[in-house]
Amino acid sequence: MRTMDATQRGPALILRMLPFGRYTQGPGSVVERSMRVHSRTWVIMVSGFAEPVVYLLAFQIGFGALVGKVVGPGGQLVDYVAFVAPALLAASAMNGAVFETTYPVFFKLRYAKVYDAMLATPLGPVDIALGEISWAVIRGGVYSVAFVLVMAVMGLLSSPFAVLLVPAALVVSFAFASVGMALSTFLRSPSQFDYIRLVVMPLFLFSATFYPVSVYPESVRWLVHVSPLYHGVELMRGLAAGVLDVSMIGHVAVLAALAAVGVAATSRRIGALLLG
Amino acid sequence: MARDGEDDEREHLMVSGKALVKRFGGVAAVAGIDVEVRRGESFGFLGPNGAGKSSTMRMIACVSPRSDGELRVLGMDPETDGPRIRARIGVVPQLDNLDVELTVRQNLQVYGRYFGLSRAQVRAKAVELMAFAELSDRADDQVEPLSGGMKRRLTIARSMVNDPEMLLLDEPTTGLDPQARHLLWGRLYQLKQQGVTQIITTHDMHEAEQLCDRLVVMDGGQIVAEGSPSELIRRFSTREVLELRFAPGEQDGQLPHVADLAGRHEVLPDRLLLYADDGEAALEAAHARGVRPVSTLIRRSTLEDVFLRLTGRSLVD
Ligand SMILES: Nc1ncnc2c1ncn2[C@@H]1O[C@H](COP(=O)(O)OP(=O)(O)OP(=O)(O)O)[C@@H](O)[C@H]1O
Ligand SMILES: [Mg+2]
Repeated sequence: MRTMDATQRGPALILRMLPFGRYTQGPGSVVERSMRVHSRTWVIMVSGFAEPVVYLLAFQIGFGALVGKVVGPGGQLVDYVAFVAPALLAASAMNGAVFETTYPVFFKLRYAKVYDAMLATPLGPVDIALGEISWAVIRGGVYSVAFVLVMAVMGLLSSPFAVLLVPAALVVSFAFASVGMALSTFLRSPSQFDYIRLVVMPLFLFSATFYPVSVYPESVRWLVHVSPLYHGVELMRGLAAGVLDVSMIGHVAVLAALAAVGVAATSRRIGALLLG
Repeated sequence: MARDGEDDEREHLMVSGKALVKRFGGVAAVAGIDVEVRRGESFGFLGPNGAGKSSTMRMIACVSPRSDGELRVLGMDPETDGPRIRARIGVVPQLDNLDVELTVRQNLQVYGRYFGLSRAQVRAKAVELMAFAELSDRADDQVEPLSGGMKRRLTIARSMVNDPEMLLLDEPTTGLDPQARHLLWGRLYQLKQQGVTQIITTHDMHEAEQLCDRLVVMDGGQIVAEGSPSELIRRFSTREVLELRFAPGEQDGQLPHVADLAGRHEVLPDRLLLYADDGEAALEAAHARGVRPVSTLIRRSTLEDVFLRLTGRSLVD
């Protein structure tokens, strides 16, 4: 008896037109693999959530008392911790996504040959890229929900639009996971991960995370605007405060573009490296 | 009518390659081979290191695009129908790539899910295949601590998770002990009885003789001979071989005394091979000439001899 009906569906026309071996059968089984692998490592998951919450408490107790009120979105004065919390949410979405798609992906690609095994099945590079990136987003999503709940409990949300913080965090995760995974395919040795840290650290510090962009002199502001995390931070800050404007569409568009470029680049690289 | 006949034949061809080439950079790993594998057949690629066996297997497995020539697998083009072809074949790569982050059971289940099998299907399949690989008692162990042979057995079991119509086995028994090897040969024979086509690469001529209905001998990216094991032996070797071992340093001096006793001879570092239909007679003649080897052996020709004849080199370096 043949049990292959699932794969007989035939890929959509657009996917058939992509180059060799790059059609998609469904990234679901790739995500499922990660879930199995991590079914017993929930302790790590908890720590991934605990870190930003500890930051949040530190800002509430320490900095909050020193700094007092700052100018938030729309010009209103907000507590410092309410100002910084949405940014931390964006930053933790970024960190989680980058963490999940760099070393683990490198290991599976170069050493464990997990993707080689997958490519011997009907799965193709796009399935692998989407599956691995989705897993990072799912994992980041769990953190985000918890983080948003903590923000709510601490009274840092002043608008019903704040429920959109969770999908916004997923968009940030997706963008950074796909770019992170694409970059990981170029790394040749574990020591090169320092380069990625070298990029992530300034993004974390200088993307208007801890102070408004107006702090910077006019001449370097464009640099901040180039940072992808800045777009995540602005998006989150607006949503948390309930101050929506059209610039948010721009922020989402930048992140979506990064995500798309990352998925395409990752698929291409996996194909080039493993389908030789 | 003629067209129908042609289509019929295509139906039975699991693999059909014409002037198939695989180049890496400027180097041709596969330099234009013609190969046809029929449904239900056990087909072998025999050849030394670097002959191009794995490169050919990877093209057939649709994980390596051909550089030139034609290739059809299950009647489809790997270039455009890779996923559909891969859905119906099973692959044992030369090097195990089991998922070290998963247990034995999970390896089988997760791999089955890649093929789109349901959870219930993969659960049942995993149990069946662990029994097949004699790994049921290690079901929930991690893969890493398994012995090399156990890993190999698991890789082979994994390749059957989708009930493939065709198995591609790249040196399947490397690292197996004789008992496990015979067990596997038995299992492969069972699968053959069930109609599963098999393509096997090996440097082990004994394995090739055991398993293959038909095989090609590859060398330097080319096919140098093709046929059933017995055909090849008949065509390229004599019925018997007389092996003479001399004390160190004596071999060269003795060669002129015995060279004419057989139609052909080969000089190996440690022994002389005389190809004669009657080994016993050749040995007596040598003795009559006063040749005194340290030891002698009369044996039937094997594919090893065929290979030596065709390439002038030993199969196992
Ligand atoms: N990915 C690759 N990139 C460059 N060269 C390669 C690649 N794969 C194989 N080759 C070259 O192609 C030739 C044939 O290799 P192949 O692996 O097909 O041989 P083989 O017959 O399987 O040998 P073995 O018995 O050692 O497994 C070799 O010279 C090898 O160096
Ligand atoms: Mg090989």
